[in-house]
Amino acid sequence: MTRDTAGDGRTDADGGADASEAAADGGAADGGTTPASVASAPRPSRGLRRTIELAGIAVTAVVAAVMLGFVFLYWAQDLPIASDLYAAFRSVGRGMDAAFGTNVFRHPIMWQSMATGVLVGVVAPLVGSFLVHREMALIGETLAHTAFAGVAIGILVNASTGWDGSLLLVALLVSIAGALVVQWLTERTDAYGDVPIAIMLSGSFAVGTLIISYGRGLTGINIEGYLFGNLAVVTAEGARLMGVLSMIVVVGVLATYKQLLFITFDEQAARVAQLNVTGYNTLLVVLTAVVVVGAMQVLGVILVAAMLVVPVAAASQIARSFRETTYLSVIFGQLAVIGGFAVSIGFGLPSGGSIVVTAIAIYLATIVGSGFSVKAISAHG
Amino acid sequence: MTSIIDLDHVTFSYGDTVAVRDVSLSVEAGEFLGLVGPNGSGKTTLLHLMLGLHAPDEGTVELFGQPVEAFDDGGRIGYVSQKATSRGGAMPVTVRECVTMGRFAHAGHGRLTDADRATVADAIETVGIGDLADRLVTELSGGQKQRAYIARALASDADLLALDEPTVGVDAESRDAFYALLDDLNDDGITIVLIEHDIGVVTDRASRIACINTELYHHGDTESFVESDALAEAYGATGQVLHHHH
Repeated sequence: MTRDTAGDGRTDADGGADASEAAADGGAADGGTTPASVASAPRPSRGLRRTIELAGIAVTAVVAAVMLGFVFLYWAQDLPIASDLYAAFRSVGRGMDAAFGTNVFRHPIMWQSMATGVLVGVVAPLVGSFLVHREMALIGETLAHTAFAGVAIGILVNASTGWDGSLLLVALLVSIAGALVVQWLTERTDAYGDVPIAIMLSGSFAVGTLIISYGRGLTGINIEGYLFGNLAVVTAEGARLMGVLSMIVVVGVLATYKQLLFITFDEQAARVAQLNVTGYNTLLVVLTAVVVVGAMQVLGVILVAAMLVVPVAAASQIARSFRETTYLSVIFGQLAVIGGFAVSIGFGLPSGGSIVVTAIAIYLATIVGSGFSVKAISAHG
Repeated sequence: MTSIIDLDHVTFSYGDTVAVRDVSLSVEAGEFLGLVGPNGSGKTTLLHLMLGLHAPDEGTVELFGQPVEAFDDGGRIGYVSQKATSRGGAMPVTVRECVTMGRFAHAGHGRLTDADRATVADAIETVGIGDLADRLVTELSGGQKQRAYIARALASDADLLALDEPTVGVDAESRDAFYALLDDLNDDGITIVLIEHDIGVVTDRASRIACINTELYHHGDTESFVESDALAEAYGATGQVLHHHH
């Protein structure tokens, strides 16, 4: 057990990593239920994996920070120092357009869309890591539909009262209310009972379509953009909201990572350990609602749940720990968003579909990479 | 002697179905209590009542001398549920991550310290799976999984270990080794409450037996249980019971 199978000379404090590699390489002498694929599949050394993952996370963090920076500069562009930085940003954008032969990066609205997308690529898989393994993936879809009803209600209120508020803010409030209803329902049904959730999923969408039909003609709002996702839907205010929400989600998940992990893995034991399981479950669905409303802008109501699920499913195929699952989910989410944007801009296609198809391509690649052993992850309990 | 668990006339129903009726029993510090009874007799429900996972319809439950609903020192209990060990979920969690959860009740929202990590490493070594620390729990055999969950309980410095049919699906050899580990932990002063369907195993290992079929049929030391008719009565005296003494 002491031979250095990792081959990178890395010394672990307790030798645990190397020992376990040796155990795996040795054909898992424990016998019994160890899947053969695990013992036989060659995999890169743990040290190299970790380096690549940390580099990926670092790049993602820098990209997200730059995007947050843009959103902030756009907001503050009339202030002394910010105006210079904002001008510099714009000239970088023009330079990028010149280099790529595009007509994209010179437009602030495209940066707002990209910023929103990049932030979605971070927070959706982050929340999804818990949601998917909690077998609550259907809840993301449900909350997206609730948010759609929220947009419809916002349109109606705007049209009938002349109130000029944000549709997204209304969607956020309605979606959070929906999250609390979902939590209330699940506390009173066995596990995460499908039926009440499914009724809510289609019911809220039905309400949304009714309100929009009723309100048609009152307003010229582009509802298709909310359904399928559209880079042009993202407003400066929407990007700003996403920036704020993203920071809340990241801080929320980091602060409660341990509790969410314990509850996701073994809810009963977490209850016995006196964790406030109901409280953390509520936090998780509310964070999901927040992510969904932000992501709805670029992904569309119909596709938003994919970003919560697909990168996590891909990461779970190849991850060697839960921490690694969260890292890889975020990295895959980011790749899907950036790749999807490239497809969307390059071919003039809707952003939502492009991102989701890219994410699924990554998922398929991880299945191939893990030797075609598809992990059985359920979408709902 | 101090009571770790104290049930006083506890009744619990699922809707109209009474699962546990008027059960009073206490578990003293250092005891190894075997909880036996036929399938569907309310063993798991009784354990859940002891741990505060269910609130009784009637009667009271005390844990470590406190009313169970007010008990908040979760680190003192290590609980291994039936579901945790039998499910084949795909969540990628390593043995080390699983065992580290034992420290969460102590760490709250703060960061884990080096001392926490050392406690986790010790617990993994104690149950004899040190070489598997970085393997995924889903890749372990049934017996190894049990050890990982026991290690989680040890990492939390639990005084009470509650186990719900821990050796279902575990081969005989691993099961014997597992019970030897429980004996060692019990010798070290950890109180154990164990649900076990194999009466032979539990009478070999436990110091006391509670036999339940909705109502409590027997509660006392293992010798008096073996000599009593409680088993036949609880199981309905149909001669269906596998009762293999050694």
